Amino acid sequence: MVEPLQQPERRNPLRRTRQPSLPPVGRSRAGMLLTRAAAEGRFALQRCDECGAFCYPAHDVCPGCLSTDLKLTDAPDGGTLVSETVVRVPADVYFRERAPWRIGMVKLDCGPTVIAHLHADCGEAEPVRMSLQLDKAGQAAAFARPAGDTANAADDRQWREMTASPKFRRVLVTNGRSAVGQATAAALVAAGAKVHVGIAEPWKPFEAGKALEACTVVPLDVTDERSVRDLAADIGGKVDILINTGEHTRPGGLIGRHGTATIMDELSQTYLGFVHLAQAFGPAMRARGADGIDSAAAWVNVFSVYALANWAAYGTTSAAEAACVSLSHCLRGELRAGGVRVVNLFTGPLDTEWFQTVPPPKVAPKAVAKAIVSALESGVEEVFVGDVAEDVRQRLEANPKALERDLGA
Amino acid sequence: MAAPDPLDFAAAIATGALRVVDLTATLTPDFPVIVLPPEFGQAAPVRIREISRYDGRGPGWYWNNITLGEHTGTHFDAPIHWYTGKDLPNNAVDTLPAEHMIAPACVIDCSGEAAADADFLLTRARVEAWEEEHGRIPRGHWVLLRTDWSKRSPRDYANLKEDGAHTPGPDAEVMKWLVEERGILGFGTETIGTDAGQASHFEPPHPAHHFLHGAGRYGLQCLCNLDRLPPTGAILITAPLKILNGSGSPLRVLAVTRP
Repeated sequence: MVEPLQQPERRNPLRRTRQPSLPPVGRSRAGMLLTRAAAEGRFALQRCDECGAFCYPAHDVCPGCLSTDLKLTDAPDGGTLVSETVVRVPADVYFRERAPWRIGMVKLDCGPTVIAHLHADCGEAEPVRMSLQLDKAGQAAAFARPAGDTANAADDRQWREMTASPKFRRVLVTNGRSAVGQATAAALVAAGAKVHVGIAEPWKPFEAGKALEACTVVPLDVTDERSVRDLAADIGGKVDILINTGEHTRPGGLIGRHGTATIMDELSQTYLGFVHLAQAFGPAMRARGADGIDSAAAWVNVFSVYALANWAAYGTTSAAEAACVSLSHCLRGELRAGGVRVVNLFTGPLDTEWFQTVPPPKVAPKAVAKAIVSALESGVEEVFVGDVAEDVRQRLEANPKALERDLGA
Repeated sequence: MAAPDPLDFAAAIATGALRVVDLTATLTPDFPVIVLPPEFGQAAPVRIREISRYDGRGPGWYWNNITLGEHTGTHFDAPIHWYTGKDLPNNAVDTLPAEHMIAPACVIDCSGEAAADADFLLTRARVEAWEEEHGRIPRGHWVLLRTDWSKRSPRDYANLKEDGAHTPGPDAEVMKWLVEERGILGFGTETIGTDAGQASHFEPPHPAHHFLHGAGRYGLQCLCNLDRLPPTGAILITAPLKILNGSGSPLRVLAVTRP
């Protein structure tokens, strides 16, 4: 039985902010396969191509037939909790700070037995639903939840360590002028967050509208280093989740563009905007990764899927976003020290003005907002939103050259 | 007659016999710039990036790199800015005559009308009424339109509505007349442009730009402190940056008047 999470009390200003510690980091190269699956929100294990057996933990050769042909394969997520134990005085600093910590052995329906972190409502001999979660160190960890629904399941203490739930967290949505920004802000309020929304150039007309009714609108122009720094000076110490919804899209390729003014705009809105936000908000977030129920938890980027494969019709925009993807990997490494995760969403063309002439399917801003909340609540790191994004993902994996030729046509 | 001694001028400034008024808005990142539909190229706002501030990037010194458009903040429009002036000689900020950078100004106070009507238009009749009181506008003078617009908040200053900006400015007839019949050196405003906010609907569109630059004359915009100038008798110092083939330039505009 999980008690519902309570709104955290105000901090005692006389107490030191607890420094983040991380669970053990070491994993083998093969073990990284599971980290990939966890990042994508899949329950996948190595499966032997020769004998068909699933294996866990990660191996270099199949423990059954010694084949080296072990592929990451989606696995059925059912299992049974065979035994459990509570670790009361762990030697590891991270778990010691969070003790008592419950773990157990789960016999998977697909074969192997795994040692997993346990949701409080998992009982011995009962069926469980397995997932691979990214822990605070960004590594895959097996997690067992009850097979059925239970009350306040998402409020479980150990589960919350493995996610970045927005409930009772304070969120900054960077662009309240965009449809995605407004939908995101509204969705986060509905998910239990307290939301600040940035508005650039407040001298331009702005109707907050219904979507932002429960949010606090603040001035934020990501292209202006000072504006970003000023906002961080005000609220940087209490931004637990930052959602970078830049969304600066301009159609046009490279050599058809006349000069660089538009391209400079794209770079300052997307790349430099990201840099300004990271430099201003990143340090405090990294320092607050273990700051109680409303600790800093996640940084979310909303990217176009064409950041991963340049679409010539939006060529320079794609390139600016590609630079941001690279930057997000740098930020991910840097925030990891604080246990703060970086979530990248890749969307297909949005149903917004800048994709007006693009035929459907297009992604509704509300679908992006929903995907953001779901990513935070489930703890994943890479999300593809919409049919087009999913198609690009699959084609990149299958044959990136063919995709390049198609998108460059 | 012997040439006047420039040191007399310096002495008059130093003793306060002549007063210097700064007509320039501070260059800040959040100062409104002209807004065009987003598919057009845009004027860059001011951006200030620290190079170092007595820190690891440069321990003993503070300095910035700045970026901004030629038409950002208090700025000067050269004839080459508009198509009507594109083929004139010496039409860019690097080639315009230096003598034009120091010239007298007439100030027409329309702050009352502008307060009552954001779309207030300066007309020929209004200028002629001003001339009744203050005398004919001499050739080679600046004409400055005082609206007290510079005292507004950024949002009211830009005053953008669904149908565009609503800010005061001159009508087409008065611009043609000021340029052709009065031979003015240029026209200056407190608003973002020399033209009214709705001037794209005028005939011709943007008449201040059209007539001024077509005749090799200049524009000044985003001025402030015009309420501290007399109707006549002030001189303006308006030296744009010497940008290669520049269409305009942010600049410090100073007025010298009697106290």
